This record gives sequence, structure tokens and C-alpha cells, in this order.
Amino acid sequence: MITISEILEQIRNSSAEEVVSSCLERIGSSKLNTFITIANESAIEVARKNEGHTGPLAGVPIAIKDNISTKGIQTTCASRILGGYIPPYDAHVIERLKEAGAVIVGKVNMDEFAMGTSTETSHYGPALNPWNTITVPGGSSGGSAATVAAGEVPLALGSDTGGSVRCPASFCGVVGLKPTYGVISRYGLISYANSLEQIGPIASNVADMTLLFNVIAGHDPRDSTSVPGEKEYTKALVDDVKGLTIGVPKEYFGEGIDQAVEKSVWDGVHRLEDLGASWQEVEMPHTKYALAAYYVIAMSEASSNLARFDGMRYGLRLEKDHDWHTTYSEIRAQGFGEEVKRRILLGTYALSAGYMDKYYLKALKVRTLIKQDFERALKSTDVLIAPTMPTPAFKLGEKISDPLTLYMADVNTVPVNLSGVPSISLPCGFSNGLPIGLQIMGKHFDEETIIRTAYTFEQNTDFHTKAPEVV
Amino acid sequence: MITTKDVEHIGWLARLKMEEEQLEGYADQLNSVLDYFGQLDEVDTKEVEPTYHVLEMNNVFRDDEVTDCLTQDEAIGNAPKTQDSYFKAPRII
Repeated sequence: MITISEILEQIRNSSAEEVVSSCLERIGSSKLNTFITIANESAIEVARKNEGHTGPLAGVPIAIKDNISTKGIQTTCASRILGGYIPPYDAHVIERLKEAGAVIVGKVNMDEFAMGTSTETSHYGPALNPWNTITVPGGSSGGSAATVAAGEVPLALGSDTGGSVRCPASFCGVVGLKPTYGVISRYGLISYANSLEQIGPIASNVADMTLLFNVIAGHDPRDSTSVPGEKEYTKALVDDVKGLTIGVPKEYFGEGIDQAVEKSVWDGVHRLEDLGASWQEVEMPHTKYALAAYYVIAMSEASSNLARFDGMRYGLRLEKDHDWHTTYSEIRAQGFGEEVKRRILLGTYALSAGYMDKYYLKALKVRTLIKQDFERALKSTDVLIAPTMPTPAFKLGEKISDPLTLYMADVNTVPVNLSGVPSISLPCGFSNGLPIGLQIMGKHFDEETIIRTAYTFEQNTDFHTKAPEVV
Repeated sequence: MITTKDVEHIGWLARLKMEEEQLEGYADQLNSVLDYFGQLDEVDTKEVEPTYHVLEMNNVFRDDEVTDCLTQDEAIGNAPKTQDSYFKAPRII
């Protein structure tokens, strides 16, 4: 893996253009199917232009998840329906990255419309996990985490609707953050489930992740859920957890948890205890209903958000037009993949007359109870620690045939999105050569405390120094 | 229980053309997921308000000022079918 400081050192010794072109070579020869679009020409051009740029990410290559709009660079959401779509504007986070001097080297693979936990629903084929290429990189931001883990780029952006930054960070042994809802503007993020999702930074270590977060966070009036105010998050990079109280929710160590995962996470809690923190068990009794509530809400929002894909203004259009209903229905049937269709159908059903109260409204009420679980648990504690994923990366093809089995893998990540709190995943161990992720959750708008906890853990362990051997 | 006829109807509502041979497979998958959603019925939510949005924000206003926006050419630049600088949709009536 590569760090920002290594890249900046390389730039000082040569040039941003050389550093970016060697990055493009690595990506070009990657066997991991991490990229959907490589921005060869524009990346070199920007690198040249940015020589002498004084921004915090001047000349630093970054990979962008393919559901974040990049002006002039194809953005597909890994879907056939958006093949060839070239956004005419930049997402807010892309504007911020450009101001900071970063160089966008391309758009990375993901589950189609961010719907998945393994990057296997991509129209462009699955991305592979660099630690073992017969396993999935996680999802939906699988390309983002895999490309950082493989040392192809130092930084990537993902998006997290139900764990889509943290799951691949966990499976690929990198650091990823799902910020508090509203901290990063969603302007230019192609919506899947807009009340749940946030763009999130991914890097090989906590300091780089925080620096990237610092660049992209901040108010943007074009997203009405964007929260006013700016903070200097890098000030939270302090190696000190003395006096910190950790809550450990036992519900997150439930049925189906891998023993090595359980042990590594507890070892992590005890390591932080050695460093001056204390811990206590906390109860979050509604956790077991989070998955069902999450999927009802996410699918309902998806069925509405994805109604815009009809082939009129962008994307797939068939040669022959029929009456409008048939035209739209055929375009959508051919343009969307199986999982996306399944979620649209289920969401449409959950919102349809006679079922809305039973499913959608009920899920929103359960969401309130889950949010209250977090408020209660975080009253007597500063952070909550749990496994990010119940297991290390599973094998390609192992879960994709049964939708429900795949949904179950999200059991520990979705409560965070329902409640809107921030959460970091960082490596805390290995099992059979595959990384294990530790999840640190915090209070609304208290990214500083989870960053400090993660940084302290990282400074006093060596998991982040291990990298896969990339062939 | 969702029947194949229901799947066809939901497909119609969602503007997703369903092939005859897919209906049964979708019905099975949808039923198994909806069964799982059924566990929400166990939760007592009589006194609970729904959470549509996690932050206590509402009515976010902005000044009504004219700002730059996409040109017409940029706006239709991705449209597969256009005519006279307009999006071209299928016949509606």
C-alpha cells in the first residue's frame, strides 16, 4: 500500500506527472478489475497543471467510486443503463478534491447502483480482493477498497448506504469512514437510498483517511441535508485514549460470527484498555431488527430514486420506440441487472397501496428505536466497538445466488446508517491471510473521537503495515 | 404470499418488463425476503414516531437568486434521442 507522504516524497523527487503516470501504469496492468474507467489523458493533464500546486493533496492520485459524478469522465454506477453517461458537472466532493490539487485517475468498480456486499452485481464483472483473488473485496465500494489495498492508489472515495465503505475496508484491510449523515454533501452522488447514504473516504491508514475526509467534508447549499460548519479533523490525530469509555454491544457478536473475528475485536478492545481506555458492555436490543428495517427503507427509496432512469435524458435507449409504457419498461428491463430489479420490485411493493403501513411506515418506526438504542448506549460511553463484518471476506460466488444470505452479511453495518452516526472500519487482525475489520462508532458529529480512537489503536498495533502480495 | 400475477403487476407499476419465465423465480425470491421483513411485526411500535430523517432539520431555505446552470446543449448532451434541442420521448397519447 502507498501513503500520501510517500507520494508527496516521490513528487518532490521527480514530478506529479511522473508519479501519476506510474500510478496509471499500475492501474492499467491491474488484474483485479478495480477500475471501470481509467482517466489516462485528463489525469496526466491535471498532474501537469498541478505542478507547484500548494493544496494538501497536490498531485496525489485518487480513485472515485463510479456513482460519484465527475465532469467529463464516464460515470456508470456499474450499470448497463448508464453506459456512456458523461456527467456535465462535478459532485461537490470532486470540486473539493480539485481545489486541494488531487488528481482523479479514474472511476472504480462497485456493485450496480451500490446494491450489494461483494461487488459481484457490477455489470463490468466483480472486482477481486488482492489478499486472495478467489474472495470478494466486499461491497458495494469494492473497487475503491481493493485498489487502495493493492497499492494502486493511495486514496479512494466510496459511498456507504448500509456499510458500503466499511465492508470493503474490512475485507481488504484498509481504513474507511462513514461520516455522520449530512457532513459530506451528496450533491453529485447518484442516489440509491438518500436518507441513509454518505460519501466516505478510504485510505491505507487513519491519518491519510482523515486528511482526505478533511478535504471533502463541509457545507454545500446544493444538498439540503448538508450541515453547516467546517472543522479541522486532522487535529483529532492524537495518540491518546486515556479516560475514554468504550461500549461493547453484545448484539454485534451474535449468531454466525466467525471466532477469529470475535477474538480479534476483543483483543482490540483490550489493547485500547491497556492504553488507558475503559470498556463496558452495552445493550442495543433492537439491533436484530435493523437489517429488515434497513432493507425495507433502502429498497423503498431505491424504487423512487431509480425511477429517473428511463432512457430519455441519458443512458440506454433502444432503437425502436413503442408506446411510452412499453418503451420505458423495456429499457429498464434491459438496462438494470437482477439485484437492482429485485430491489425496485420489493421497494415498489413496500410503498404500494395497502402495504405502505405494514412495511415502510413500520420500518421507519423501528428506525426510531434503533436510533434510540444508539443514543442510550452512547450516553454512558464515548464510542462503541464491534466487528465491522461477522466474517472475513467470503468466496466469489458463495453468496450471490441467494439474496437473503447476502443481505445477512450487512447485519453489523446497517444500524449505523439507520441512526446516522459516524463509524470507522480499520484492520485489527487476520484469519487465514484475510483481514478482519474493527468498527468504531461514535456520536452524531463526533468524528473527532472515533478518529482519535482509531489513530491510537493504529499507532500501537502493526496491522496497517501489512499489505497483500499483488501479482 | 406474492403470486406470479402480483409480480407482473408490481413490474407494471415499476415500469419493468417481466418475461413470463422470470415470474416464478421473482415470486419465490420476493416471498422469501418479505417473510424476513415480517419479523418487524414482533416489534411494539404503538407509541413510536417514524424517523424519516436522522437530523433535526426541516425547511432549509435559500435565497431566490439566479445562478449559473447548465446550458441547453450541456443538458441534452447525454440524451440518446433529441430533436430541435429537446429530449425526444416516445409518443404519450
